[in-house]
Amino acid sequence: MDVTTILILLLVGAIATYFSGDKLASKVALFFSVATLGVSLYLLNEFSKGETINYLGEWMEYPKVYLALQADGLSMLMVLLTTALTPIIIFSSLGNTYSNAKSFYALVLFMSFAMTGTFLAVDGLLYYIFWELALIPIYFIALIWGNGDADKRKKAVVKFFIYTLAGSLFMLVAFAYLYQKTNNFLLGDFFNLRLSATEQFWIFAAFFLAYAIKIPLIPFHTWQAKVYQKAPTVGTMLLSGIMLKMGLYSVIRWQIQIAPQAAKTLMPYLIGLSIAGVIYGSIIALRQKDLKKLLAYSSLAHVGLIAAGCYTLTLDGLNGAVYQMIAHGFVIVGLFFVAEIIHRRYETREISAMGGIRSQSPKFTSLFMILVLASVALPGTYNFVGEFTVLYSLSQVNIWFAVFGGTTIILGAYYMLKMFQNVMLGETNTKVFASITTNEIITLVIIIAFLLFFGLYPKPITDLVNPAIKDILIHINR
Amino acid sequence: MQTLIAISALGVFCLLAEIFNLRKALVPVTIVGLLAILGITLNLWSIDSSIDEQYKSMIVFDKFSAGFSSLFIILTIFLIALSHDVYKDHQTKISDFITIKVFLLAGAVAMVSFSNLSMFFIGIEILSIALYILAASKRLDLKSNEAGMKYFLMGSFASGIILFGICLIYGATGYFDVAEIYALSQGAGLPIWFPIGITLMIIGMLFKIAAVPFHFWAPDVYEGSPAITTALMSTLAKVVAMATLYKLLSGLTVGLTYNFEIIIVIVSIASMTVGNIMALRQKNVKRMLAFSGISHAGFMLMALLSLTNAASTLLYYTSAYALAGMASFAVIIYVTKNKDNEDIINFNGLGKTNPLLAAVLTASLLSMAGIPIFSGFFAKFMLFTQTIKAEYLVVVIAGVINSIISVGYYFKLILAMYTKEATEEKQATPFVYYAVGVISIVLNIIIGLYPSLVTNLIN
Repeated sequence: MDVTTILILLLVGAIATYFSGDKLASKVALFFSVATLGVSLYLLNEFSKGETINYLGEWMEYPKVYLALQADGLSMLMVLLTTALTPIIIFSSLGNTYSNAKSFYALVLFMSFAMTGTFLAVDGLLYYIFWELALIPIYFIALIWGNGDADKRKKAVVKFFIYTLAGSLFMLVAFAYLYQKTNNFLLGDFFNLRLSATEQFWIFAAFFLAYAIKIPLIPFHTWQAKVYQKAPTVGTMLLSGIMLKMGLYSVIRWQIQIAPQAAKTLMPYLIGLSIAGVIYGSIIALRQKDLKKLLAYSSLAHVGLIAAGCYTLTLDGLNGAVYQMIAHGFVIVGLFFVAEIIHRRYETREISAMGGIRSQSPKFTSLFMILVLASVALPGTYNFVGEFTVLYSLSQVNIWFAVFGGTTIILGAYYMLKMFQNVMLGETNTKVFASITTNEIITLVIIIAFLLFFGLYPKPITDLVNPAIKDILIHINR
Repeated sequence: MQTLIAISALGVFCLLAEIFNLRKALVPVTIVGLLAILGITLNLWSIDSSIDEQYKSMIVFDKFSAGFSSLFIILTIFLIALSHDVYKDHQTKISDFITIKVFLLAGAVAMVSFSNLSMFFIGIEILSIALYILAASKRLDLKSNEAGMKYFLMGSFASGIILFGICLIYGATGYFDVAEIYALSQGAGLPIWFPIGITLMIIGMLFKIAAVPFHFWAPDVYEGSPAITTALMSTLAKVVAMATLYKLLSGLTVGLTYNFEIIIVIVSIASMTVGNIMALRQKNVKRMLAFSGISHAGFMLMALLSLTNAASTLLYYTSAYALAGMASFAVIIYVTKNKDNEDIINFNGLGKTNPLLAAVLTASLLSMAGIPIFSGFFAKFMLFTQTIKAEYLVVVIAGVINSIISVGYYFKLILAMYTKEATEEKQATPFVYYAVGVISIVLNIIIGLYPSLVTNLIN
């Protein structure tokens, strides 16, 4: 069994979901996503035993494209993130009813398929195809099942699509340029190119455009908040939980490895830009009135810090970035789910319309509190491990980076706790808050359990990622 | 040669069918006939030796011709299949229309397999005259008449320029024969008429493919003509003209000089940009696709920058473009069948009333916009790599920016289908629209997954 099994299972799952009809669709999708999680855990086991689970086959003669799928510790972890979050996301959506559910869940699984492919591909064109394929389902999910005024939503979603496509097309030009030097797209062959400093600079810039828009880094973030707000919660979770990790992952896998010289030269600017994003996102988040938008800006701040970690090009920075990607993926999905739980009951996302939920639903309040604390990186949660490692690596580069990056903790605590206060505490709300269902509890508990377990015992993830990052560093310092 | 003879014979048969009152059987018989001809052509291609046969130095049927002819035949099959429903109310004229289309195909095949400039000119005239008739084929419709007249005036002007170019080349070299001209063009000492003649021919062909600045006829003619003729113009006619331009330039000259290439670069970038920016503002789908066709012409012109080895890339791009165009027109013809215009509003809510056709149209638009896994993506990618190799990075950058712009208007149509409420009930859908739409988009995806199916035809 190799990694193609995961991809095939997800693709078959998407097709099966589509043909299972509207009533069964969510269950079929859930079944296939759980099965995929099972397979990827099995593959993780094989992988840690040292079995080879890669796949290499020829796809096209001209242009020379291989079906090259390779799992190292980093890819494996990202695949696990995808396959673990997909069932959680689908499970969390069971409380909602969607029109034309069969298409909806088929698109979710298809998107999961494309994202998994992105994390596994080591052939440039194959990777690019997966990367673009992931865009189409989320476009339709946000467009058709999104909320709010149709015209505004359309504008936001089309802007998102054109923005991301624009970025990735420049990446495609970079690949085309590399291709006519190597005559194939294999990542390994790109390493052997002796690119001049100018070449590296332009290739780095082309990749940067694609990733900076996807992650997003300022000033390329303008699509983000509106799309997060307008998309249905499932779409928002997919976007914030997994899809933006595609950008961060790609920085590590492609950008800094193909053009390490440029990455080193530009390092201070890149880190500076990322940290500017941290501060900017935090400050904007302080002033948000819409719960989903607030979470969107908090996400902007967090990914800024992760990107800063990636661009330090040090072992700690890269490790921390990866930890934080996983932690952020889980916590943001949990937080958006909380927003959804409230929305199911109050039909609003305005923070001012909430408040006083605590006395009505103490269980929900405690779960929410833990998520908020995890989000602000309280020791004991996995987010702390990630954030601390990144900040430590930033201080190794330049202490001021760490100082400014560290504001994320202070500002984050400020806007998250303020939000929590406004949403949950205060006088008992006049509107009835129907008690939280078992499904909702299960979803939140799974997420929290994950964050706490690895917060206290991070070794398994560390052991998985560390060797892969060391390999990557060898390529960077070649 | 067999292909050309067989197509002409089929055309004559279609005319006779009218006399013997076989109108009902006409469409199926023609399709079967064309499939048989497609078989012959592909067979010619696989027997390698017979392929370079010369026929009195008028026709050379090489791999290039075989590849493109096959594409033309496939497109014609789709067009004729659609004709059956489109001309339902004009049963008495159906054989005329089908005959004209078959003869048009004959002209198209002649245009990609000539080895003598007179043959080339005969081919282009057969194709153009058939197109003038088809553009004006809605006899009682003022717009159609206007389109036909406009196209005829502008087209015959372009033909005149081409003919003048041929004369100048003859004056300079003393030959009509392509091989002889090629041999002479390698030596020095050709009079100035020779490059002037070539330039005039290029101008005439740029007119035919509707590249900027010779594009002004396209939007009006596309809009005014009956939808099925627009489908023919934007898929078959455009592809034929592009293939012919490529064949002319690679056949007559050793290679373009630097100055010529710069002109191609400018025309290419201008076509892409003007076409795309104008398309953004269109409300009428046919007009929008006319402008999108102009921008695609700009993309295809990139192939001329690497003249020696771009034939397979060009065939791939044209196949991807034409198949996507055919799929989209199958849907457009269906949607606008009983409407007096083709505004985007007519597509509102198609995603709900007819999900399959909406999906076909979405897929074809995504292919034209160059999104993987549709073949439009690989087509663009191959063109980009080839052009980077030819060291014209600036055209590639312009192409990329234009791909982004083009998403804007392709998505306007997709948005209309999926986010707007339908204005009317689902209308009855004849099977043929599904068949043509689905088959062409499936072919599009198949050559997307296996590009070598097409690229190996010529390489």
